[in-house]
Formats: sequence, C-alpha cells, structure tokens
Amino acid sequence: MLEYLFKRLATIVPTLVFVSMLIFGLQQLLPGDPAMILAGEDQDPALIAHLRAKLHLDEPLPLRYAYWIGGVLQGDLGESVRTQQPVLDLIVQKLPVTIELALLAMAVALLIGIPTGIIAAVGRDTPWDYGATVFALSGLSMPNFWLGILMILLFSVQLGWLPASGYVSPAEDLRANLAAMVMPAIVLGTGIAAVLMRHTRSAMLQVLSADYVRTARAKGLSERVVVLRHALRNALTPVITLGALELGTLLSGAVLTEQVFTIPGFGKLIIDAVFNRDYAVVQGVVLVTATAYIVLNLLADLAYFAVNPRLRH
Amino acid sequence: MKTNFRTLLPAIALAFAGAAQAQTLRIGLAEDPDALDPTTARTFVGRIVFAALCDKLVDVDEKLNIVPQLATSWEWSADNKALTMKLRNDVLFHDGEKFDAAAVKFNIERHKTFQGSNRSGELRPVTSVDVVDPLTVRFNLAAPFSPLMAALADRAGMMVSPKAAQAAGAGFAAKPVCAGPYRFVERVAQDRIVFERFPQYWDKGAVNFERITYTPVPDATVRLANLKSGQFDFIERVASSDIAGLKNDSRFKVTRITEIGYQGITINIGKSDKAQANPLGKDARVREAFELSLDREGIVQVVMDGEATIGNQWVAPNNAFYAKGLPPPQRDIAKAKALLQQAGVPNPSFTLMTPTTSDAQKIAQVVQAMAKEAGFDVKIQATEFATSLNLADKGDFEAYVLAWSGRADPDGNIYSFVGCKQPLNYAGICQPEIDEQLNAARTASNVAARQTAYEQVASRVLKDRPIVYLYHRNWLYAYNAKLSGIRSIPDGLLRVQGLKLN
Repeated sequence: MLEYLFKRLATIVPTLVFVSMLIFGLQQLLPGDPAMILAGEDQDPALIAHLRAKLHLDEPLPLRYAYWIGGVLQGDLGESVRTQQPVLDLIVQKLPVTIELALLAMAVALLIGIPTGIIAAVGRDTPWDYGATVFALSGLSMPNFWLGILMILLFSVQLGWLPASGYVSPAEDLRANLAAMVMPAIVLGTGIAAVLMRHTRSAMLQVLSADYVRTARAKGLSERVVVLRHALRNALTPVITLGALELGTLLSGAVLTEQVFTIPGFGKLIIDAVFNRDYAVVQGVVLVTATAYIVLNLLADLAYFAVNPRLRH
Repeated sequence: MKTNFRTLLPAIALAFAGAAQAQTLRIGLAEDPDALDPTTARTFVGRIVFAALCDKLVDVDEKLNIVPQLATSWEWSADNKALTMKLRNDVLFHDGEKFDAAAVKFNIERHKTFQGSNRSGELRPVTSVDVVDPLTVRFNLAAPFSPLMAALADRAGMMVSPKAAQAAGAGFAAKPVCAGPYRFVERVAQDRIVFERFPQYWDKGAVNFERITYTPVPDATVRLANLKSGQFDFIERVASSDIAGLKNDSRFKVTRITEIGYQGITINIGKSDKAQANPLGKDARVREAFELSLDREGIVQVVMDGEATIGNQWVAPNNAFYAKGLPPPQRDIAKAKALLQQAGVPNPSFTLMTPTTSDAQKIAQVVQAMAKEAGFDVKIQATEFATSLNLADKGDFEAYVLAWSGRADPDGNIYSFVGCKQPLNYAGICQPEIDEQLNAARTASNVAARQTAYEQVASRVLKDRPIVYLYHRNWLYAYNAKLSGIRSIPDGLLRVQGLKLN
C-alpha cells in the first residue's frame, strides 16, 4: 500500500505542471483584449498601454508563463487587476466558503442519495423503487438556478424564514451562517443525491445477487444485517469514487448556485474573473481547484483500502 | 440545549428581520465595484459607492447644474484658461488630516500622473494647479475646456487624503481615505463593502445612518427578493419587468430617473474596409432607411416595458444641450423602402453584433423584426462583451448594439464617439467640420454658445448616422417605503446625505 501511495504521489507533480500550462495556454484562447476590458468605458489609450505593459501582454507566451509560474513557486499568485487585491488573499477569503458549501451539499447528497439508493435496490420493481427513481430524475433534471429562485420566493419572500441570499461567516454568527447556507446546500445537494442514488442502487443490485450474500442469508442472518453490513460495504466502493469526484466539482465552484444565492465563493470569483479577463485570478483559482481535485482523487483511492480489505493485499 | 429545526427557523427569521439593524442602511448593488480608488476606478457601480465615501470639489443637482461641495465658489478667468476655486474651511479627511488647497493640488497631480490612472484623460487640458492661499486653488489650462467642471463633479473631483495616499501607494484601494460622510471599514470582494459614519464630517447634520453596507447581488430577481424579505433597504437597477409588481405593494417605493447615457446602434461607416463592403456602412440613404424602419416607442415597450425615454441624440430630450429642432423621426416604412430603391439595394443585409446582456439581445431581435418590414435582412451575432469590444475596436463589425452610461457634461457623451480617431469612435466617422464644432463646444464659455455648437454637430451626426440613438433608460431604484430623502440626480448615483428611515 505504501508503494502504491508513493507511486500516486510521484504522478502528482508532473500532473500539476501540465495543468498549470494548460490553464495558462487555454486562457490565451479567450477572445478579446484584457487590457481593453480592464480599461473600462472610457478606453483611454494611455491607460490601455499601461495595462498592456503591466500584464506583459506584448511579450511572448513562454516568457509570460515563466513570469507567472515563477511567482507561483514563490507563493505569489499575482494581483487582481480589477480590484487590486492579491489573488492569494481572494482565494484565502473564498476557499473556506466554498469548502463549507461543498461539504454541506455533500452531506445533503449522502443523507438523501445513499438511503434512497438502498431502498430502491432492496425494493426493486416495487413502488418504493419507482418513487426513488422519480425523485432521482427530478433532482437531476431540475435546473439549479430555477429551484434556487423558487426556494427564495417561498422561504424568504413568502414565509420570511430564511435570508434570500448572502453569506455570514460561521465565526461571526453560526446560526446566521447556517440559515444562509441551508437553501444553497439543498439546491446543490439534491442534484448530486440523484446521481448517488442511481449508483448506489445499481451497485447494490449487483452485490445483492452475489453468492456471498446468498450465503449470508442462508446462514439465517437478518435481512437488515445482510443489506447494511454485508452488501452495502462492497457496493460503496464506486459510490465513494463518485462522491469524491462530485466533491471536486463542488470545490471548483457551484457557479450558478453561488450566483443565485450571492454566496461569495470560488464559482462567483472565477466567473467574474473570466468576464473581466482578470487573468491572474482565473489562473490562481483554477490551479488551486485542480490541486484540490487531484488530492481528492487520491484520497478516494485510499478510501477504497479502508472499505475493501481485499485491496490491501 | 435541545433545539429542533422547527423552533430554529422562526428564531432565525426574527434575527434577520431584526430592529437591531435600524442604524444600518443596507444597499443591494447590481455588480461588485472595482478598485475603491477614485484615480483608478472605472465602473459605474463604483461611483455609487464613492458617493458615500469621497466628497468631490463640486456636485451636480437634479437639473445637472454644478453646485458646491468641497469648493464653495469658483470663477473662470477672462480668457477661460484658469479656474479659481474657493474651498471650505471645515473639512477633514477620514484620517484627521485637514483638507486644503495643497490637498487639491496633490489630488489633481495624482489623477494626472498615477500609474494606471483612469482620470488623466479627463484632466488632460489641466497643465498645472497653483495653491493661491490655503483655501484658494487655481487650475491652469492649456486651452479653454468647459467640460472640466463636470469632471470635477465626478471622480476627478474626489479628494483623497494626501498623507494616506502617499503611505499606501498602489495599495490605496484596499483602504481608501477620503473626506465623505462615511469612512471605510472593510471590504470582502463580491460579498460586502462596509462604511461607518465619519463623526467629523463637515455636513454631519445630514448623515443619519451609523453604517452603510453595500452587497453586490447580480441577479435582479434575487436582489428584489432581498428587498422584499427585508434584508435590503434600497436596491439599484430594478428590472423594468418587476416594476408592475412593486407598484401594488405599499411597503416599497420606486424612483425613476432618466439616465444621462443612452442605448444605441453604432454603425461601421469608416472604421475598416468592412464599412465600404456593406450597403449600410457605405450609403447614408440606407442608414436613413434603417432608422425610418424603427419604431422607437415600440422598442421601448418591448425591451424596457416602457421604462425609458425615446431619443435620437446623445443627450435625452430634457437635457439643455438637446437640439430641439431635430426631434426623433416617425417610423415611415414607405419612405424607407423608397430610399432603399433609390440606393439600388431593396433588400440590404447586414450583421448586427450584440453583447449577450438580455436588454441588448432584445433590442437586436426587435430591430431585426422592424427593419425586415422595410426590406432589411438583419443577422444577429450575439457576442460576449469583452470580445465584442475587441471586434468593435478592430472595426470587425457592421453594426453594434452599444450602451453608454453617460457623463454629466454632453462632451463626455459625444466627443470620443464622433471625434476623428478618438478611442470610442467605433463608427469610424471623421469629419473636420464635426471636430471643429466639438472643439468649439469645449472652448465656449457660455451655455448658448455651446448649444449652438452642439446643434451643428447634431445636424451632421443625425444626417450621417454613425450611431442611431434609440432611447435613454430609466434608472429604477426600489426601496423601503419608510426610507426618505432619496434625491433623483440624473447621474443615477445615490446621495446618502439626508437619507432617513422613519
């Protein structure tokens, strides 16, 4: 297992170097001149020239990449040209918000997705199964922003129970923080719950027809023990991978949900940065996200060992 | 402690409806402002925030007259090349430093020379600033320049503390220090900007809230939901389609102000070779036919739910510099068809580039349908804003739906757009007669002379149609009905002095 871990860690560095080049290269394909969009309405030629020089826009691409990566290696991700704040500060500000939202959404997804998946598999072709499938489909097909706006209209405008949008730090006021996060977490979580439910269901169906499950039943174990202890553990392996990948996606920013609920997280940061051609911010955020994604993937692989003892040998 | 969800929710609701926040004015913005430094700032939304933070030498009133703020009076020299201003004696910056003539000199020089300044263009005619005495300052100009006063009523006239600016250097935007009614507390990008009352403000009697928070909420529906659920006291840029619903709700009030900017269609008539390759760019008769095919009232109804004033010039019809002899033409399909026959192109085709904002796209669709009746084949090319700007600058377009947020002085709405080789002249128009009149309007010292010069410009621009002006939007604000003291200033910026929650 240790050998496996080293092998995986060794691949991370070249992956990250490749990713950093990809981010930098792809961004150059964005049409439009960043200096022009940053110069604002007036388009003062002197200001545009200043911005071009400041952003090294007239220098060759490899040199610009070297400027950036050189800074990154020294822990300097550059500065947002739009707000003149250091990119690192922005990331440090936004990352906890996004992590909290992602974890809450994942909790919602797991709490809904796995039990419904089990119920659907155990009660295959019964109304339970159909009910869970309908739920899963509606969770998948309902657009996030629409569900979000409906929830705001009901819970904030009509009932006045929850704030319509915004974010309060948990350190400041935990209650207000949770009140602000409930709706976005549900909106994001239901979509993922649907995916998890489908996967749990099919994995469970496969496992439940396996020989060892029949043996367990033959031994006279209660159905509850068979399903939860014997079958579920094996069925969870693919679900864990999926969960980790979904968590990675959540960390890269739930763009629409953050936009609707005005949650100041990664999604809002990157979308505003792309529209404003704030290159340093885009690069910084994507780099951090990519790193998180790679690390989560590694953790998911390690989690297999925990749930599946056979892999340890 | 045992708390279940059912008891928690109403408790949370109570905390949010809280009376504890009565001393805070909570404002919902449509965008996150850019840098909070008047020298480098570039956005409209940033100016809304500056109105509470940074006082200016002068301000504009409801009728766009220049009125005193930090300067009490001013006078132009006989040759109009020097402007002398008397300053208030009781003004302190937020760091306790005294505001005086030396501070004005410092600020104007900072605007002119700071790396990345967005003000140097507005102040280009100012060659130097003299400190006559501690409360008198003189601006020396290379040539007479009447738009200067309007610039000083905007960011170029905002005064920051010289001591703080020198200490902070390029980092000033992170902790701005000005002389306005509120001082900076904190900013979390894309989340909130918080100000608190400045106790030593020179006009402190007019300041009633302890704090102001600005929260950017880009989605108009969500912004409105926040107002309705009591999280905001005031929101800017309400969607015109939401106004009907607000009218029937006595808890809220709506204010509308005709903007000083405009919405229009820029036509490439000489920016690049594309102009000559297309009948619309090549032949003024085709452009006239295009304008005649449009029903401005109809466009305003469909696109803006009626929340705009139709117009055909760079200033709205209620502006003192509107050329009254040249009103918007009525729609005339027969005449449009006749003009196209004359031009020998009964079915001209062109591509209308539009940014992806919903207003701009709606305009493009309505224009497409209207122009079709006269025989035009309009192809819509929806293009993300940054890209469209780049294409416009390269002249890689035929027609372009473009809005301008407007400046208090008419010069800011026209000079850069039709002046030969100016940065915003995407149409590519270049006529010495127009330039001559534009400069005459800049150097003229009295309103009548400027009006005459702008009439001359209008007669040429409306005939050649580098830009077909369509309408002037209403700035729509909605706010808690208990909030009083809202002033309708055409620049669309909320003045916080005098605001009160009854």
